[in-house]
Amino acid sequence: MTEQIDRALQREYSAGFVSNIESETFAPGLDEDVIRRISAMKNEPEWMLEWRLKAYRGWLEMEEPTWAHVHYPKINYQDISYYSAPKSMKDKPKSLDEVDPELLATYEKLGIPLLEQQMLAGVAVDAVFDSVSVVTTFREKLAEAGVIFCPISEAIEKYPELVKQYLGSVVPQRDNYFAALNCAVFTDGSFVYIPKGTRCPMELSTYFRINEQNTGQFERTLIIAEEGSYVSYLEGCTAPQRDENQLHAAVVELVALDGAEIKYSTVQNWYPGDENGKGGIYNFVTKRGICHNDAKISWTQVETGSAVTWKYPSCILKGDNSIGEFYSVALTRGMQQADTGTKMIHLGKNTRSTIISKGISAGRSNNSYRGLVRMNSSATGARNYTQCDSLLIGDQCGAHTFPYVESRNPSAIVEHEATTSKVSDEQMFLCQQRGLDPEKAVSMIVNGFCKEVFKELPMEFAVEAGKLLEISLEGSVG
Amino acid sequence: MLSIKNLQVRVEDKTILKGLNLEVKPGEVHAIMGPNGSGKSTLGYTLSGRPGYEVEGGSVTIDGADLLELEAEDRARAGLFLAFQYPVEIPGVSNMEFLKAALDAQHKAQDKEPMSSRDFLQAARAACKQVNLPAEFLKRGVNEGFSGGEKKRNEIMQMLMLQPKICILDETDSGLDIDALQVVANGVNSQRSPERSFIVVTHYQRLLDYIKPDFVHVLSDGKIVKSGDSSLALELEQQGYAWLQDQPAPAGEE
Ligand SMILES: Nc1ncnc2c1ncn2[C@@H]1O[C@H](COP(=O)(O)OP(=O)(O)OP(=O)(O)O)[C@@H](O)[C@H]1O
Ligand SMILES: [Mg+2]
Repeated sequence: MTEQIDRALQREYSAGFVSNIESETFAPGLDEDVIRRISAMKNEPEWMLEWRLKAYRGWLEMEEPTWAHVHYPKINYQDISYYSAPKSMKDKPKSLDEVDPELLATYEKLGIPLLEQQMLAGVAVDAVFDSVSVVTTFREKLAEAGVIFCPISEAIEKYPELVKQYLGSVVPQRDNYFAALNCAVFTDGSFVYIPKGTRCPMELSTYFRINEQNTGQFERTLIIAEEGSYVSYLEGCTAPQRDENQLHAAVVELVALDGAEIKYSTVQNWYPGDENGKGGIYNFVTKRGICHNDAKISWTQVETGSAVTWKYPSCILKGDNSIGEFYSVALTRGMQQADTGTKMIHLGKNTRSTIISKGISAGRSNNSYRGLVRMNSSATGARNYTQCDSLLIGDQCGAHTFPYVESRNPSAIVEHEATTSKVSDEQMFLCQQRGLDPEKAVSMIVNGFCKEVFKELPMEFAVEAGKLLEISLEGSVG
Repeated sequence: MLSIKNLQVRVEDKTILKGLNLEVKPGEVHAIMGPNGSGKSTLGYTLSGRPGYEVEGGSVTIDGADLLELEAEDRARAGLFLAFQYPVEIPGVSNMEFLKAALDAQHKAQDKEPMSSRDFLQAARAACKQVNLPAEFLKRGVNEGFSGGEKKRNEIMQMLMLQPKICILDETDSGLDIDALQVVANGVNSQRSPERSFIVVTHYQRLLDYIKPDFVHVLSDGKIVKSGDSSLALELEQQGYAWLQDQPAPAGEE
């Protein structure tokens, strides 16, 4: 039976195609001059360039972290190209009609039509292709509500005060090696600003696509929710199937001011590499949000792609009564490795956090949950509940749990529950006895295991995530 | 419709069925009784194609076609249903989701139109009602936290929905209270038809008061050692199995 399941897990990666688009790509290599050129390509003001250079100099003094439970060959940062953009984007198309049809076709093929009339009603999209944002839809409609949703490069130009105030305020430049690198070379990503008391009228989403070979993608996202506002944001990611590994080192910062709520969902489906671990994306991402008084940040992630994932979406619960949530499904198969989890830093009084992590490992993959819950001495009455469940498919994979708890306030309560289970032969047989083929059986059992997380995703995406798991598990049983 | 000839089955390195013969014709109800460990569940698992049950000899045909070469799911789609002795839980997968997927898969294999959600829901509610399970059970995870009796009733509910041709009930009566026993029996009786056959594995004559079998067989040490009509069950109830040990195999059953 295990064998059957393993075979069912041989997956087709449907987003693995390459678009034939003429691009302007920097030669591989990284030095101050490259950073100046990136900054120049983006027409950035001097302060932005200085900020990048400072980060770069910091990065040079830092060391790549090795504590995560992942193994990969040493990355040569001089072999990577740090900028690539479709040539057609050079003269900044003003509207969709001016965007290269090949680019639009790429997104359509990925199931993300960018023509507003064809889109999911109620979802605005920023489409980032390699190092640039191709198009951001529904901007006028959002502007009516005072919501700003635009590429971050544009925000630097148009809203410098907001960017200066908040960029690097949640994830400091020297927070960690990959974050520092991102600060130096980031190219595009989304900027969101929700004014005071405003409920964002649509779901916002950014779709990241890596297309060029040997390039890294260094996206930067900044979301600011003013007092009493609400926004739900989703990101999706895919990349072509290539034999070389590619680096994706993103930084996402969320700022939830008093009483604001940010719901941030990710469906990550970067190319995972082949069965033997050849190729795939290195997904080294820093995501963190800060909650002021009575604010709430909720991270939901469905991670099915990437060769190596290193990612810990976190919440700093600074304000009193603020709430942090982390709901995660991480599926690894083949030779994939994931080390993911969260950090909940409780500073304010009566702060609350919930962590629900579902790790599914199949094939020869390794799946680790790593989480930190810190109750500072100021966090009187704070509470955390953590639940980590691992599901094993087959017997060659690994699941690991690394929970860290630091409590400096005796009134704080931290609860932790962990389970490990297998897709059992009995469950598989029950499904088959009722007429389901083994593939459907596995995906149904896995979907059931993930239910608590899927129900946190926005409706449209919950369906998509379920399908994604189904595709990911396709061929895992024969 | 189901013809089992000289079936020999091994699990791991132990031979459990040692030459079992059984003919089940359309519309018949066969009861199988026998001591613990004699191979009754093994027979159900083997017929339904559970991996790990190695057929070492003999044959099984269904309407003349070789059953043993089919995958488990194809046997189910061909109309074979097993009500499990110990139904397993599938956390997070709702009963409804599970049943709809099963029905869709079976209908697809039979070139039938999928059932509309509305018809499905109606049928599922009716089936729940028939086995005395509140409709809320449709929303709960498959067998998740169900009591022993609820699990058994849920098996019958699935049978009512899937409308199989051959139903194998493996001790569906054990662990049931008197009312539930009647519910299960009524479920079976309501499904009796000239086209549908049943193999009912039980330890208790009591069930057979409600479900009148056409034949009763005694399975012992991997073989059917005695067959008879429903009076055999009464005899067993009074005398146990020991007296059968020295009996020759019944005629026509070797
Ligand atoms: N995986 C296995 N390895 C070894 N022996 C097994 C295995 N599975 C079943 N058996 C043995 O096969 C024999 C028949 O088991 P089976 O479950 O078919 O009996 P049964 O007639 O259904 O008994 P009961 O009335 O207790 O349900 C038992 O002795 C059991 O221990
Ligand atoms: Mg049994």
